[in-house]
Amino acid sequence: MKILVVDDEEDVQPLFLQRFRKEIRNNEIELDFARSGEEALDYLKEKHSEVVLILSDINMPGMSGIELLGHIREDFPMPPPPVVMMITAYGDEENYKQAMDKGANDFLTKPLDFNLLKEKLKTISE
Amino acid sequence: MHFFPFLAVFLLTLRLNRNIKFTDLRLKWRWPLYGMMALSVGLFVLCDDHFEDSVSSIIAAAYLLGVIEYLKRQDDFKSFMVLLNAHLPLIAAVLLSGIAELIVPKFYDNNGSFFVSAEMAAFVWIFIRVSTSKKQQQEIRRINERKDELEELVAARTAEITQQRNELQETVKELKATQAQLIQQEKLASLGELTAGIAHEIQNPLNFVNNFSEVSVELLEEMEAEIAKGDMEEANAIAADIKQNLEKIRHHGKRADGIVKGMLQHSRASSNVKEPTNLNTIADEYFRLAYHGLRAKDKSFNAELVSNFDESLPMVNMVSQDVGRVLLNMFTNAFYAVHQKQKTIGGDFRPKVEVSTKVLPSNNVEIIVRDNGTGIPDAIKDKIMQPFFTTKPAGEGTGLGLSLSYDIIVKAHKGTININSKEGEGSEFIITLPLG
Repeated sequence: MKILVVDDEEDVQPLFLQRFRKEIRNNEIELDFARSGEEALDYLKEKHSEVVLILSDINMPGMSGIELLGHIREDFPMPPPPVVMMITAYGDEENYKQAMDKGANDFLTKPLDFNLLKEKLKTISE
Repeated sequence: MHFFPFLAVFLLTLRLNRNIKFTDLRLKWRWPLYGMMALSVGLFVLCDDHFEDSVSSIIAAAYLLGVIEYLKRQDDFKSFMVLLNAHLPLIAAVLLSGIAELIVPKFYDNNGSFFVSAEMAAFVWIFIRVSTSKKQQQEIRRINERKDELEELVAARTAEITQQRNELQETVKELKATQAQLIQQEKLASLGELTAGIAHEIQNPLNFVNNFSEVSVELLEEMEAEIAKGDMEEANAIAADIKQNLEKIRHHGKRADGIVKGMLQHSRASSNVKEPTNLNTIADEYFRLAYHGLRAKDKSFNAELVSNFDESLPMVNMVSQDVGRVLLNMFTNAFYAVHQKQKTIGGDFRPKVEVSTKVLPSNNVEIIVRDNGTGIPDAIKDKIMQPFFTTKPAGEGTGLGLSLSYDIIVKAHKGTININSKEGEGSEFIITLPLG
């Protein structure tokens, strides 16, 4: 299962790689990273058919996660559409509502609970 | 004609008595004057009865001279000097006439009318002199009264002005205290704007610290398992990861530490000590804090942050928390401007705030803060540096940001602030600071 993680924080990459160390080694999942919404869209142009899940931070310089979500839903409507989970440090109503309105499948708050995330991944892959 | 001098003394004492009637001199001089008056009458009768006309004249003249000279020596009668001196011609005339009568009686008899007219003229002179001097005195008194009035007026005005000056000094003192208070408030207000940004900025590194330490525990467990299995290669790989994680933990811990320190420094009173400072670091820090500050207030806000830092920028000698405050103010303004524009035109508008640093050939460093926000209308360009000028709604801005920035950059650091702005298109704030 290919997962794209979009976050402007550089260290998100080693963190995810280590957290999902076992899963990656067992070839259960494959992680790719983008540092901005723009980068993520470029990536998706090539590999949207392979990506099953997109985890995106909302608060990023330039294109925000919400905007990225809008683009994903508009530009890649062909089934099956990727599952998009939004992640934010601002876990407030407004953010949540905006994300859901734009078509997010889930909404997670930082700090990420990786065990919860793993549970959610299991339900997706089943 | 010894009659005139006695009459003159009689009239003189009468006049003096009248003049001192309502003054302090009355008690002291009333009786001496009456005495002189009586003496005049007595002497006149005595002379008339006992002596020749010539001798009587000389006695009378001498008597008058004595009285006049005596009175002239009294300080109390200084103001009557004109009156007293007016008697001198009479004394001379009577004395002359008496002597003439005594020595050259024939000549005197032949020219008697001349001597008599001279005495009469001298007698009349007294009254002419007195009446003119009276006018003069009245005039002087009038002038003195006027002078007193004016002096009173001047004194009143002076008191009024002194009071006003004291009040103004008091007001200036109060204003200075208020100003100091406002500057402190401005600092706290900008700290308030920062709080949300700071919370966000601290939360991120803390998340990493927690995550990397948690994952390291897991990795250690795996490593133990690999060692037990004898897979040393995998165990070494895991050890490398753990080492990397510990470095990350340290890095993010320091990041949070720096933010807290920066916050404390921002709210603390400025030390006013210039120290070599990495301007890029400060600019970057406040750039992010300002963005997250606004971002926390309005979740829908988003902007592109572009930073072009000249990595070869040397250390700049400056009061870092003061310059930091200026930069924070510039960034906050820039984000506010793009946010306002986004709120009005919305849609496709992409808010963008840029910061760049570079070294100028003129041995200055230049910091440019550029935004594509609302811009500054020409009508208020002259005013934006004035204290208390703000375009923000009441209660949202102190109006002191740019005014304090000007004080910090131009007055304290001998730098410059230039503004390029076009309404509707954006603004550019160019700060230069001298190197060394």
